[in-house]
Amino acid sequence: MTAAVVRRLLQAVMVMLAMTVIVFIAINVIGDPVDILISPDADQIERARVVQALGLDLPLWQQYLRFLWAALHGDLGESYVYNEPAIRVILQRLPATLELAVSAILIAIVVGVPLGLYAGLRPHGILSRVIMTVSILGFSLPTFWVGLVLIMFFGVQLGWLPSGGRGQTAELFGVQWAFLTKDGLAHLILPAVNLALFDACLILRLTRAGVAEVLPLDFVKFARAKGLKESRVIGVHISKNIMIPVVTIIGLEFGSIVAFSVVTESVFSWPGMGKLIIDSINVLDRPIITAYLMAIVAFFVIINLVVDLTYTALDPRVRLQGEGP
Amino acid sequence: MSVDTLPPPMPVEAEKGEEAPFRLLVRAFFRSPAAVAGFVLLAAIIGLALLAPLITPQNPYDLNQLDIMDSRLPPGSQSMTGMTFWLGTDDQGRDMLSGIIYGLRISLGVGVSSALFAALFGASLGLLAAYVGGRTETAIMRIVDLQLSFPSILVALMILAFLGKGILNVVLALVIVEWATYARAARGTALVERRKEYMEAAESLAIPRWRILFVHLLPNCLPPLIVIATVQVARAISLEATLSFLGLGVPITEPSLGLLVANGYQYMLSGMTWISFYPGVALLITVVAINLVGDRLRDVLNPRGRE
Repeated sequence: MTAAVVRRLLQAVMVMLAMTVIVFIAINVIGDPVDILISPDADQIERARVVQALGLDLPLWQQYLRFLWAALHGDLGESYVYNEPAIRVILQRLPATLELAVSAILIAIVVGVPLGLYAGLRPHGILSRVIMTVSILGFSLPTFWVGLVLIMFFGVQLGWLPSGGRGQTAELFGVQWAFLTKDGLAHLILPAVNLALFDACLILRLTRAGVAEVLPLDFVKFARAKGLKESRVIGVHISKNIMIPVVTIIGLEFGSIVAFSVVTESVFSWPGMGKLIIDSINVLDRPIITAYLMAIVAFFVIINLVVDLTYTALDPRVRLQGEGP
Repeated sequence: MSVDTLPPPMPVEAEKGEEAPFRLLVRAFFRSPAAVAGFVLLAAIIGLALLAPLITPQNPYDLNQLDIMDSRLPPGSQSMTGMTFWLGTDDQGRDMLSGIIYGLRISLGVGVSSALFAALFGASLGLLAAYVGGRTETAIMRIVDLQLSFPSILVALMILAFLGKGILNVVLALVIVEWATYARAARGTALVERRKEYMEAAESLAIPRWRILFVHLLPNCLPPLIVIATVQVARAISLEATLSFLGLGVPITEPSLGLLVANGYQYMLSGMTWISFYPGVALLITVVAINLVGDRLRDVLNPRGRE
């Protein structure tokens, strides 16, 4: 177990290192950083001076080590737009994204699990078929367009909910949160629902498949034969056995929700990391792009690590040797 | 010499019965009403996209045919010259219906070509991994696992952030995003196939390795790859639309459906919803049609598959 954990940790570190190499190459080989960092009307002397100051005349591997060293110290350059360290700009946007992602995953669970249970227990009911058809639609609908339609109906036509922005925020633990105020909560609903749609359908289908698989098994029959109440059979015996894949997916999907918040944040002008990266790409604010990529990669490596380790702890059949899950 | 030109195993086995299984598959495919609907829709969409210049009421890129006076008209209104805009016009007076049909061309083109290249590249690497094994296999599959642990939108975003927009860049990004799925599937199938007798026979005949790989192994691994390719086309179209909506995809001169939606976005809050809404509907219908066909293909080609 310990050896497996250590190996998994090493693997995570290797992935991080590999990503720094990729990002470094992308910045330095595909685009010439000198063109971006120096104003076009600078003369040759000025140019040479900057090149030397930035260490761009060094061999590439030395430049990489410099980059890595700085990155390890949390220094990924200063944003051209905000004139602040890129990492700080990104961390400022983190709460907004986290708030949106957590709300979305909660909505997805609250909607997906019960509907999936229902559809699994009554596979031939009319309502189950409706649920399954709608869930296919939920997979097919492009997120950004669903967002637009939500704005169109609830924001513009009905005027019930605000169509963009984060609204009023309140402070908790020194961070501004929107869900603490009524106005902020109203702003949160539409983007969270938009972001939750895909995962609600995913969790729904997974739960249904799990129930369908477990239902004909002996232990369910036995529990029923024992005369247990149906609510206990479903709530304890069945639920327990379908939870492993569902929990795994929720863990893995959390990362994907943060990634997809790029789309939702852009549609709803939600001031999180996702909107920041799109804005930064459009104005070529390279330090922000680099910092975002490094941050998101680190985030993913950590999520995958945690999911893998939890998985091993939850299910003794899974071994980390050979090919991972 | 004659060994080199040994015909691939599949036709040999199925010489007499080749027609029948195929017809059986076709009949099985059309037994589902949803699949028929999907197939008809998809055929209609592809037809529209191919025939765009012939059937659209207007060429949306010919500036001579546009009139700025016609801009942002609601669906059903008429132009100065008496032409009816069934789905309204955009901010430059373009007929939305024509714009959507032309947009379909770009969306489908990007989706199909990226899926095709990704399939070629991914399946080749997957087959290679299964066939060669050892270090090569470990290396390829590690990269596949690594890439699949990141969501597709993020990988595409990274690539386009560095490459910039443009149709070719989008296709390249989509290929890089998608190849891993094919590689994994191809390896999985190939691992099963290579233990079968015909592979042993081919190897004992000392047929060149590349020939075993592409002529004997590949055709037998195709069914699951075809299913994946169908679904991946839909995913690629959707992802391209998303990237274009974010302003990272196709350039403004070649608007796909996603870019059309993005163009209408700014007018939506003032109630001019049709500019964004209808391209989105077209996108949705396309994706659903492809998925319906893909779902059925999976059921038909793999009877053991659930759901």
